[in-house]
Amino acid sequence: MGTFLAPVFEPGFFDSSAVNVALVVGAVVAMVSAPVGVFTVIRGQSFAGHAFSDVSTTGGSGAFLVGVNPIWGFVVMGLAATSAMEMIGVQRARSRDVATGIVLGGALGLSALFLYLDATSSSTTGASITVLFGSIFVIDHSTAVITALCALAVLATIVPIYRMLLLSSLDSDIAASRGVPVRLVGVCYLAATSLAVALSAITIGAILSTALLIGPAATALRLTRRPGAAIVTAGLVGIGATWLGILLAYDSFYWPPAGRGWPVSFFVVVLIFVFYLISGAHRPRRRPEPMTPGVPGGV
Amino acid sequence: MNLTEPPVPNEPAIAPEPAEPRARVVAGADVAPASPRLASEEVLAVKDVTVRFGGREVLNGVTFTLRSGEVTGLIGPNGSGKTTLLRVILGLQATASGSVALAGGARDRRHPVIGYVPQKFLLDPDLPLRARDVVALGLDGHRIGVPLPSKQRERRVDEVLLAVGAESVARSRVGTLSGGEQQRVLIAHAIISRPKLLLLDEPLANLDIGSAHEVVSLLATVAREFDIAVFISAHEMNTLLPVMDRVVYIANGSAVSGTTDEVIRGEVLSALYGQHVDVVRLHGRVLVLPVTGVTAGGSTHDVNVLPEAN
Repeated sequence: MGTFLAPVFEPGFFDSSAVNVALVVGAVVAMVSAPVGVFTVIRGQSFAGHAFSDVSTTGGSGAFLVGVNPIWGFVVMGLAATSAMEMIGVQRARSRDVATGIVLGGALGLSALFLYLDATSSSTTGASITVLFGSIFVIDHSTAVITALCALAVLATIVPIYRMLLLSSLDSDIAASRGVPVRLVGVCYLAATSLAVALSAITIGAILSTALLIGPAATALRLTRRPGAAIVTAGLVGIGATWLGILLAYDSFYWPPAGRGWPVSFFVVVLIFVFYLISGAHRPRRRPEPMTPGVPGGV
Repeated sequence: MNLTEPPVPNEPAIAPEPAEPRARVVAGADVAPASPRLASEEVLAVKDVTVRFGGREVLNGVTFTLRSGEVTGLIGPNGSGKTTLLRVILGLQATASGSVALAGGARDRRHPVIGYVPQKFLLDPDLPLRARDVVALGLDGHRIGVPLPSKQRERRVDEVLLAVGAESVARSRVGTLSGGEQQRVLIAHAIISRPKLLLLDEPLANLDIGSAHEVVSLLATVAREFDIAVFISAHEMNTLLPVMDRVVYIANGSAVSGTTDEVIRGEVLSALYGQHVDVVRLHGRVLVLPVTGVTAGGSTHDVNVLPEAN
């Protein structure tokens, strides 16, 4: 098999511990992003998801500045942004976008300062690149452990509220009348999203983390009719794109310009986009009727 | 112990029946019911409910009761406070004064007393929920955790989908269904947990007349067969007339209730609106005509809609 697949897997692919760590961490992040991403698309909160990626940039660059592991910056800033958005108001769709926009704007301003200071004060210029475009091939032991813990935290948040989140996404008044704590459920979902985005920021970079959150979920929603199936499909699409992206990035070391690999995040994002386009060829069986406009804010 | 005792008397949780002659007319005196029903039980007692939004009174001393097995229409022009009243009953809207008493006592998450179909419910075609998934959420959507496969659950979903005539669309994405089909699915969602009260906010607003009649007769069947008190808000009452046991007519935040014949009368509605109103019965249809609201080109299909008198 080794010789048969030699042209695909360049020498040393499976021997490199960096590659092995990348494959495992990438899979974990893709799996965790799937349920969060599916709910993000269902609830029409892609904008909030994107805001978290900008907020992660702030956190990561700030963490670099004070000399701690960037993942702490991603996580802490994400949770801080969750609280800020909740306080400004994420309950109604309109004030939700305003809250998101204000938090996003503030975060980008701080990012500009932090990235500038990172670039000018630190001797290495890698900080900005690492924060913005990820560092999946240089994940150290402690980062891998923190990633695993965050992944568990996301699942521990989403699994208990799964049905209540579905019901309140269907209609918040129905959910409230059934005794669902709609607001608390919404905040838990936002916190889980911020953590999932922080994890994506580690693998494909803060600026691209929305792609891993939204892309596989949007692809899965084109292919499936049920929430459970959508989550599984989104997970598989995410893992597929991440693993294939890692492989291509590894192989690209031999592509022109020789001796310099292409970034993993580029491949992952392009693959997700390609998967999404391909999924458009297959639409679930649809009845001919609907003149029904979609729910506002639906993606 | 005394479980067979009729629940109405000596029940402090339920507001005492107001000595209102209109509401006490013997059932069946003028309209013969299709079949003798079980003794219908008082499910909801709304008493003197007042709601203010920023000083403005949206509801003012609204009082009525709903009984199991009966269809009651909540009729009134747009903006008269129908949705607010439904939200009060659901516990989603605080009241300035008054009481809402539900049979069976306080709201219970495990045995919900109220099923609810909200207004203008058109779902996104991309929502990854089949019709049967939506119905199943009516059973356990408020619970913690991920649903486990359950034969019993599937069977109950099938039964309810059959009861509302939506079994053929069970496996379709709910957002791809027509307006009438979505209403059926949402009614199934609302009644699968066997509530005592079913509230529907303008369920006929977006339907063509054929679908509207189908949904109305379905709701009448649901009320009888499941012994549920069905409360339907509408700005146009004629579609509901054939099945309506009672009506709560609301205008300018005040309401009168009773049978259609008692309430839909010129002097009663004139007092409610605070201006002269004519009620015309024409070929089995009821037209509510305000003196000041009819213009030369005014068509009769929307004459229920009176201008807002503020």
